[in-house]
Amino acid sequence: MLRIAIVGAAIAGFNAARALRRQSFTGEIVAIGAERHPPYDRPPLSKAFLTGDCSAPDLALADPDEDLDVRWKLGTLAARLDPANRRIVLDDGEEIRADGVIVATGARARRLPGADGLANVHTLRTLDDAIALRAALLGARRLVVIGAGFIGAEVASSARSLGLEVTVVETLPTPLAGPLGTEMGALCARLHGDHGVRLLTGVAVTRLIGAARAEAVELTDGTRLPADVVLVAIGARPNVEWLAGSGLDISGGVVTDEGGATNVPAVVATGDCAMSFNRHAGRAIRVEHWTHAFEQPATAVATLLAGSRRAPDRPDVPYFWSDQYGVRLQFAGHREEGDTVRIVEGDAEQRSFLAVYERHGRPVAVLGMNQPKLFTRWRRQLRAPGPVPTAAP
Amino acid sequence: MLRPVCPLGAIPRGEAYRWAIDPPVAIFHTDDGEVFAVDDTCTHQDASLADGWLEGCEIECPLHSSRFDLRTGQVDEPPAKRPIRTHRVEVIDGVVHVALSDLEAGRV
Ligand SMILES: Cc1cc2nc3c(=O)[nH]c(=O)nc-3n(C[C@H](O)[C@H](O)[C@H](O)COP(=O)(O)OP(=O)(O)OC[C@H]3O[C@@H](n4cnc5c(N)ncnc54)[C@H](O)[C@@H]3O)c2cc1C
Ligand code: FES
Repeated sequence: MLRIAIVGAAIAGFNAARALRRQSFTGEIVAIGAERHPPYDRPPLSKAFLTGDCSAPDLALADPDEDLDVRWKLGTLAARLDPANRRIVLDDGEEIRADGVIVATGARARRLPGADGLANVHTLRTLDDAIALRAALLGARRLVVIGAGFIGAEVASSARSLGLEVTVVETLPTPLAGPLGTEMGALCARLHGDHGVRLLTGVAVTRLIGAARAEAVELTDGTRLPADVVLVAIGARPNVEWLAGSGLDISGGVVTDEGGATNVPAVVATGDCAMSFNRHAGRAIRVEHWTHAFEQPATAVATLLAGSRRAPDRPDVPYFWSDQYGVRLQFAGHREEGDTVRIVEGDAEQRSFLAVYERHGRPVAVLGMNQPKLFTRWRRQLRAPGPVPTAAP
Repeated sequence: MLRPVCPLGAIPRGEAYRWAIDPPVAIFHTDDGEVFAVDDTCTHQDASLADGWLEGCEIECPLHSSRFDLRTGQVDEPPAKRPIRTHRVEVIDGVVHVALSDLEAGRV
């Protein structure tokens, strides 16, 4: 291969470039990124960046001592992929020809229908979003967060530390029940109340009241929550629409095997945009966590350079962390309905514990709250090779 | 200046001790019996290296798995870009003593 194109210039795209060089690719690398900023790190956007404890230059991914020899085309969208002619068409009309393509277009924040155009209603995915949200919070008194997932909870925590009155609204009866299950989701949700943030669960938003700005958030039970700023944090959608017509299977994300191979030769996908077979989960999942987007590009690059399907040596055991209210949550593995969970160390009342999820008596996932050391040991055990029990039918 | 920190016996091999000065220092006792002292806070983001995974003379950060060489402080694996400061260690009569580095601390 003489030229490889990377589409999407965030953590997965950047690490794909790094992996290409580490795996001795000496040809040309072109990386196309829709954002105008050089590749940067997203997780601090809801945490230290929002509170002002770090600034934009701290987020840069590039290491000044490392020359990856990449041609970055930033502020440019890839509009179309035409694999038959090995070409990518950009929104500025330019065409890039490439012998191999790495799709790393990630995901974008889901929007609330009817909220577009209201000046004080925000979503948080990009650095520009975070700059706008921080500016809004600094001048505000009341924040309403719609969605008590990780990003919603982190922004609630950051806004609270900036002195705002914060209310979080969640449709589910228990926040984070999907990733953590109801028992642990409920334990983690207690952090809001601990720090003076009001959490309303099992209630949905009917509409935002206001013309140019949202003045209040109206709920299904009739409650009206006055707001100076509203954050919509209801999940993310994979950026795959630009691949329509390319022949790539894009149902629920770019569908790949465990090694990142798509159904089209010489096209691999990785990071948040990819719906990849995961050995640990036993099925295809779209992992939306930083460590996945950091580590998996090396696997996709190996597949691309090998020119054939290949399974990685080690299963990818999903891992994520979240920092809220000065508490560090860490989770590794994959939970399914029916798994049991028990606290094996520490005490939920002290906001410091380690919980293990089991399936047929075997550990399949682990959650730590302020238990980094013990958590690391459990995480390593989960990563050790060995069959994972299949989920209860 | 060498400062006494703790008895070596208080840190089993393969374990670490977090010396809570400002900025905190992590002291590692390797499986081979060597003792190293480095800044405890990862240069990437906010994690305590004393909570990390020690293997040989390398420490892996518990948050995003950056790896540092305890002998030199150099980054062996990203995401960290900047080395950690290393501090001189002497074990005198079974007590770990540390001389803090003259280099400026922090994320420079
Ligand atoms: C606020 C926030 C906090 C987070 N905190 C954590 C955390 O604490 N822990 C954790 O594990 N994970 C966290 N995450 C998740 C983590 O950041 C993501 O998993 C990671 O960013 C995924 O990287 P990616 O490169 O695959 O995709 P993305 O980061 O989504 O990047 C994709 C890039 O591709 C660009 N792009 C899209 N379409 C095109 C196109 N057609 N042409 C060109 N470019 C295109 C996009 O503009 C974007 O720059 C957080 C995410 C956010 C938003
Ligand atoms: S904080 Fe240590 S690797 Fe990120």
